[in-house]
Amino acid sequence: MEQQPVLEMRGIHKQFPGVKALSNVDFRLFSGEVHALMGENGAGKSSLIKVLTGVYSIDQGAVKLSNQPVSLKSPLEAQEAGISTVYQEVNLCTNLTVAENIFIGREPRRFGRILWKQMNRNADKLLKDRMQLNIDVTLPLHAYSVAIQQLIAIARALSISAKVLILDEPTSSLDANEVKQLFSIMQTLKQDGLAILFVTHFLDQVYEISDRITILRNGNLVGEYMAKDLPKLELVSQMIGKDLTQLEKLPSKSASEQFEGNEIIAEAKQAARKGAIEPFDLKLRKGEVIGLAGLLGSGRTETARLFFGADALDQGTVRMSKANQHIQSPRKAIEHGVAFCSENRKTEGILDELTVRENIIVALQSTRGWYKPLSRKKQNEIAEHYIQLLNINPPHTEQLIKNLSGGNQQKVLLARWLLTQPKLLILDEPTRGIDVGAKTEIQRLVLDLSAKGMSVLFISSELEEVLRVSHRIAVLRDRRKIKEISDQEMTEHSIMKTIAGG
Amino acid sequence: MRQLYKHHLFWPVAILFSLLLFNFIYSPDFFSIVVRDGKLYGSLIDILNFGAPLMLVSIGMTLVIATKGIDLSVGSIVAIAGALSCLIISRGNDQNTLSLVLSAMGMALLLSLFLGLWNGLLVAKAGIQPIIATLILMVAGRGIAQLITSGQIITVNSPKYAFIGTGALAALPVSVFVVALMLAIALLLTRKSALGLFIEAVGCNPEASRLSGIRSVMVLMLVYVFCGLCAGIAGLLVSSNVSSADGNNAGLWYELDAILAVVIGGTSLNGGRFYLIGTIIGALIIQTLTTTIYMIGIPPEITLVVKACVVLIVCLIQSETFRKTLVHRWNTRHYTAEREATSHVNQ
Repeated sequence: MEQQPVLEMRGIHKQFPGVKALSNVDFRLFSGEVHALMGENGAGKSSLIKVLTGVYSIDQGAVKLSNQPVSLKSPLEAQEAGISTVYQEVNLCTNLTVAENIFIGREPRRFGRILWKQMNRNADKLLKDRMQLNIDVTLPLHAYSVAIQQLIAIARALSISAKVLILDEPTSSLDANEVKQLFSIMQTLKQDGLAILFVTHFLDQVYEISDRITILRNGNLVGEYMAKDLPKLELVSQMIGKDLTQLEKLPSKSASEQFEGNEIIAEAKQAARKGAIEPFDLKLRKGEVIGLAGLLGSGRTETARLFFGADALDQGTVRMSKANQHIQSPRKAIEHGVAFCSENRKTEGILDELTVRENIIVALQSTRGWYKPLSRKKQNEIAEHYIQLLNINPPHTEQLIKNLSGGNQQKVLLARWLLTQPKLLILDEPTRGIDVGAKTEIQRLVLDLSAKGMSVLFISSELEEVLRVSHRIAVLRDRRKIKEISDQEMTEHSIMKTIAGG
Repeated sequence: MRQLYKHHLFWPVAILFSLLLFNFIYSPDFFSIVVRDGKLYGSLIDILNFGAPLMLVSIGMTLVIATKGIDLSVGSIVAIAGALSCLIISRGNDQNTLSLVLSAMGMALLLSLFLGLWNGLLVAKAGIQPIIATLILMVAGRGIAQLITSGQIITVNSPKYAFIGTGALAALPVSVFVVALMLAIALLLTRKSALGLFIEAVGCNPEASRLSGIRSVMVLMLVYVFCGLCAGIAGLLVSSNVSSADGNNAGLWYELDAILAVVIGGTSLNGGRFYLIGTIIGALIIQTLTTTIYMIGIPPEITLVVKACVVLIVCLIQSETFRKTLVHRWNTRHYTAEREATSHVNQ
C-alpha cells in the first residue's frame, strides 16, 4: 500500500491577464522525501510555489495538507499550516541582526519585553545545531555574504516548525562547498521526516539530492517520476520538449592566438580598489571573450564594476582604447561603448514598475539625452524586435517587467544592453537562475556577438560554462588576479587547481 | 466598459462627479454661472480660481513624488514668494507701475527657484532623505517669510498685481490660464521628451537607473527646482488674490493638501509611475470638498473632521486592496438563516 502524501494538489488552474500560468496541474509531496520541481522559465514553477505559499489564490482545484482540504489565503496562513519557504532572492531585512531576522515576529518575550539575550542564544544554538554555522548572530545581516544569508533564511524557515519546506533555487548563489553543506543539512531534515520541495536549475544537484521529480512545461504537468528511473537526457528533453543534443551544440570558437593582432578594446593597468580588488592588469582585444573564474567573493564582480565605472578606482587606470580619459562613471562607460549586465537583477537591473519596452530602451535613451526622445513607434519596433530575437515570454511590450519570470527579466536586461551596441559587454552571472534551454541560448548569443567583433567579459560560478564560451580565462583568488589561462591549459582541472592555489 | 473601469482616471473622475452631483442635489444653483462686467461668476468658477494655487503646487509635487521623494517645504515657499513680491511692490513709489510689478514677481520666482535648488542639493548631492531635507525648509521657510514681512501683514495697493489673482481673460480667471500653462509645460517636458521616463526610472530604482546611464542627480535636482517654481507661482497667486502677504498663514498646510491630491490622482508614494491629469483632478476634488463644506454651512469647529471623513472615504475607494476585500466579502456573503441551517447539517 502506498503511503499517504503530506501535501496533495489536484487540478490546479491559475490564470493571469493574458497568461495561463497553471492549467490542470497535480502535485504530491511525501514526508521524508526531497521532491524536485523542474521546468523551464515560465513553466509555472514559481506560480505553483506561490499558490502553495498563499501568495496567489487558485481559480480552480484543491489543495490537501495531511489529507485535510486547506485554502491558503495568505503567506501567514500557509506558514501556520506548516509550509515554510525560502525564496531565490533572499527575503530578509539586511539591516537587522541575524538573530532578529530569524525570530522576527516571534521574539521570545516576558511581559511584552523582548528577551534579547535569550533570542541571541536561541539563534546561535539553532544555527550551530541545525546548520553547522558558527557566526556572530548579533551582527547585521549585511555583514555576511549572500551564501550565509541563504543559510540563515533556511534556518528561519526551519525554526517555524515546518511540515513542508520549499526551497526555491537555494543553491544559485552558493559555491560548491556551501552546496555540500546545504545538502547534508537537507539529508538530515529528510530523515527527520520533513517533506522538501526543491527547485533548481542545476541538473546534477537534482540527481544528487532528490527522490522524486515533477516536470512542468508551459503551465502543464508533464509527469511525475522517480529520480532513479529518469535519465538526465530524458529529463531535459521533457523540460524543453526538444532534443537536447541539438541545443548543446555551440559554434566552435577560435583559438586565442588569433586575437593577438586584434586591436585592444579595453585595458586595465594596475587598477585597484581598496577592499574590492588588488592591482591587476587586463587587456581585452576585439572579438575576444574573457572569462573571470574564481570563488564567490574572489573579486570577479568587483573587477567587472571597475570596467564599467560603477565604483571609483583607488589607483591605476581602466580605459577604452579610443578614449583618452579613463572610465569614471557608468554614464561615461556607456558613452564609450561598455555595457554591464549586473548579477543583482532585482536591485541593480530591472525598473520594476515600468514596462518591458521602457526597460529595454532606457539605456539607449539615456545616451541620447532627454531632449532627443525615441518616438513611440520606434520604441515599439525595438521592443518587438528584441522580444522576438531573445524569445521573451510573454511577448508583450507593455507588460510590467515585475510580472515576468526571472529568466525573462534577464533577457530584457540583455536586450537593454545589446541595443546600445556596445564594444565591450560585461555579463555578470547572466545565466543564474535560468533553465538549460535559455542558458544555451545565451551562451550561443555570446559566441555570436564575439564573432561579430564584440568583446565580452564573462563571469559565472559555473566553471563549465566559463570554459565553453571563453577564449581566455583570468583566475581570481582572494581579491587578486593570479593567472591568465588560455588554449590547451584551459581545462576544468587546471583552473580548479589554480583557484585552489595548487 | 471594463476598459473604462480599469483606466487610472476612473476613480478620481467618479469621485469628483459624485461630489458635484451631491452639490447639485443639495443646492441646484451650484452650477449656475452668471456674467458680470465681462467676467464669469459662480461656484464652479470659484473652485477653479481658489483651487489654482493648490493645483500648481500639486503639479510640482507629482514629479517629486514620482522620484520616490516628497517636498514638505512647498507651503513655506508659497509664503516666501508672496511675501517677497509684496514687499518689493510696497516699497515702490508708484505701486502700480508695470515694471515694478514684473520685477517683483521675477525676484520672487527667482528666489523660489533657488529654494527648490536648495532642496534638490540636500536630497541629491548630500543624500539626505527627502522628508527630512525638505522639513528643514518647511520650518525655516516660515521664519524667512516672517523676516521678510517683519512679522506684519504687508498690504499692497496695485491693481496690476491684483490682476493675476483676481483678473479675467476671456471671461475666465487669469489663474486658470496660469495653471493650464504650467500643466502644459509639465506634460510637454515629461511626455514629449524622455524626462518622464528618466523620472519614473529614478523613482523605481535609483541604482539601476545610474547603471543605465541616467544622471539621477540631475533628474532629482530638476524635479525639486520645478516643484519650487510651481510653489513660487502659487505664492504669487495667493498673495495677489488678497493683495497682501501673510508670512504666518499663506500656504499653510498646502504641502499636505498637495500630497493628498497627488495620491488621490493615482500616483504612488513609492515612486515610479505618475499621473499629472489625475493630480489635477485630485486637487479639484479637495477644493470642491472645501467649497461644499462652506456651502452647506457645516459649523466651523467640525469642518476639519468632516473633511477628514470624506478624505478617508475617498482614499478607501481608491485603494485596490479595500475594493477587493469588499467585493470578496460580497461574493462570499452568508445570511444568518443559511448559517444556522448549515451548522445544523454539520451536526
